[in-house]
Amino acid sequence: MAAVAASELADGEVVFVGIGLPNLACNLARATHAPNLVLIYESGAVGAVPERLPVSIGDPALVTGSLMVCGMADVFQLFLQNGRIEVGFLGGAQVDRYGNINTTVIGPYERPAVRLPGSGGAAEIAVHARRTLIVAKLNPRAFPEQVDFITSPGQRCRGTARRELGMPGAGPVKVITDKAILAADETTGEMVLAALYPGVSADEVQAGVGWPLARASRLGAVAPPSGEELRLLREVLDPKKLYLRG
Amino acid sequence: MPMREAVSRFVRDGDTVVIEGFTHLICFAAGHEIIRQGRRDLTLARLTPDLIYDQMIAAGCARKLVFSWAGNPGVGSLHAFRRAVERKTGGTAPLEIEEYSHFGMVARFAAGAARLPFWPLRNYAGTDLPRANPRIQTVTCPYTGEALAAVPALNPDVTIVHAQRADAAGNTQMWGLVGVQKEAAFASARVIVVVEELVEESVIRSDPNRTVIPGMIVNAVVREPWGAHPSYAQGYYDRDNDFYVAWEGISRDPAKLERYLDEFVRGVPDRSAYLARQPGLAARLKAKEALSAGVNYGF
Repeated sequence: MAAVAASELADGEVVFVGIGLPNLACNLARATHAPNLVLIYESGAVGAVPERLPVSIGDPALVTGSLMVCGMADVFQLFLQNGRIEVGFLGGAQVDRYGNINTTVIGPYERPAVRLPGSGGAAEIAVHARRTLIVAKLNPRAFPEQVDFITSPGQRCRGTARRELGMPGAGPVKVITDKAILAADETTGEMVLAALYPGVSADEVQAGVGWPLARASRLGAVAPPSGEELRLLREVLDPKKLYLRG
Repeated sequence: MPMREAVSRFVRDGDTVVIEGFTHLICFAAGHEIIRQGRRDLTLARLTPDLIYDQMIAAGCARKLVFSWAGNPGVGSLHAFRRAVERKTGGTAPLEIEEYSHFGMVARFAAGAARLPFWPLRNYAGTDLPRANPRIQTVTCPYTGEALAAVPALNPDVTIVHAQRADAAGNTQMWGLVGVQKEAAFASARVIVVVEELVEESVIRSDPNRTVIPGMIVNAVVREPWGAHPSYAQGYYDRDNDFYVAWEGISRDPAKLERYLDEFVRGVPDRSAYLARQPGLAARLKAKEALSAGVNYGF
């Protein structure tokens, strides 16, 4: 997943980085095909070059050697709302048919079965980043037809398209999973099967998704990570396997 | 001023209290003193409640929580918070919540600091956040007609900021991640500054661009080295990530959490006693040196 996410990033792009797998993907991209990727963290670090794998989004290693450190008002107003963020990475407990993400509650808001942490910066990243990439493992509970709570808006929110809602960014264009890549259909906004990992069948992907999964007109094949990518991930970027599990 | 006096004079029952700091410079020392002094009915506000508000919720200080991301950063859940909101057994009294996103909370502090009633932002359309929190409203731009989200000003009764250094008058300098502390302090009726080091005014004047909070808005200055532990202070000590990981197990079990509070919060008179119970912190966490190049302020 980290290698697939990395391959979605172009050199020189400005990326709003979340912790965990997105962070690993961005640093892998920086070490391979995208040395000029600009990493911005919501904590205020701009152009971060973390010497160790950050344990949180506010790790001191993001500050040391960065290009700029600014307050959070500047992060959200001058970078994000200003339109400077090209790619936003998001994850979530639930992702639905239209790429809406829930990180707030499982069950009703007033009396949740599980209380999740909430939006953080995810709602505004989903609104403003020029495109967002969702990273999540396939599982029918994690991919319901409709999320219990829309924390971060996708392509259509309860029937209304994001453009009609006045959102500047293109929203979630791809969902990178552990078995396949889903992509937003340009007409319907629905997440459809776009590419399979080696050795994975379309049926296996469908089993992890809670709606009848349509297929893109041309189904792609995802290349496995190269030996060099695996070496970097395992030996350099995450030697303690903080994020590389399973 | 000692922490005990600062909290006793400037934090009152029923106050809206902000202890800010995004992962960095979170003043656990002040939170612990508030627990020790048994403050009640507080509205606790900050972007990321973190372990400190989880502890204050467990200790029964909070009536309400205002926030945008309530997790254990990089680790998982805040279980005292979750028990209160999910109303599970072993939870404290029900906790009222008022929830935004980070941008929403930042905008609330910006409005409060500028003494405006609200702040507009392009956000929340399509999300369920305005349904969950009716204080998130919509305004129409008088120039373009565009519908924008609006969030109300947040003006705390007291804001507590941890920083690397200040002079005796409260002119406060910090570096590394500065979060939303400047806005929170300017929005607040009272401000307590807690620092790793008290320095001469001449040190502050030698590098005025680094001053984030001016002494004129500060009510109390407390010197409390390691006062942000287990969070960190750039250039002084690293985050005690082992403790953040351990909090998962401690906070999951109400009895363990009580024992933690008894041993490390209620069972110690002050911060130096807290530190004395944890020998070896400096050896484990003291920051390495990475000095800035410095600039010429001459004319």
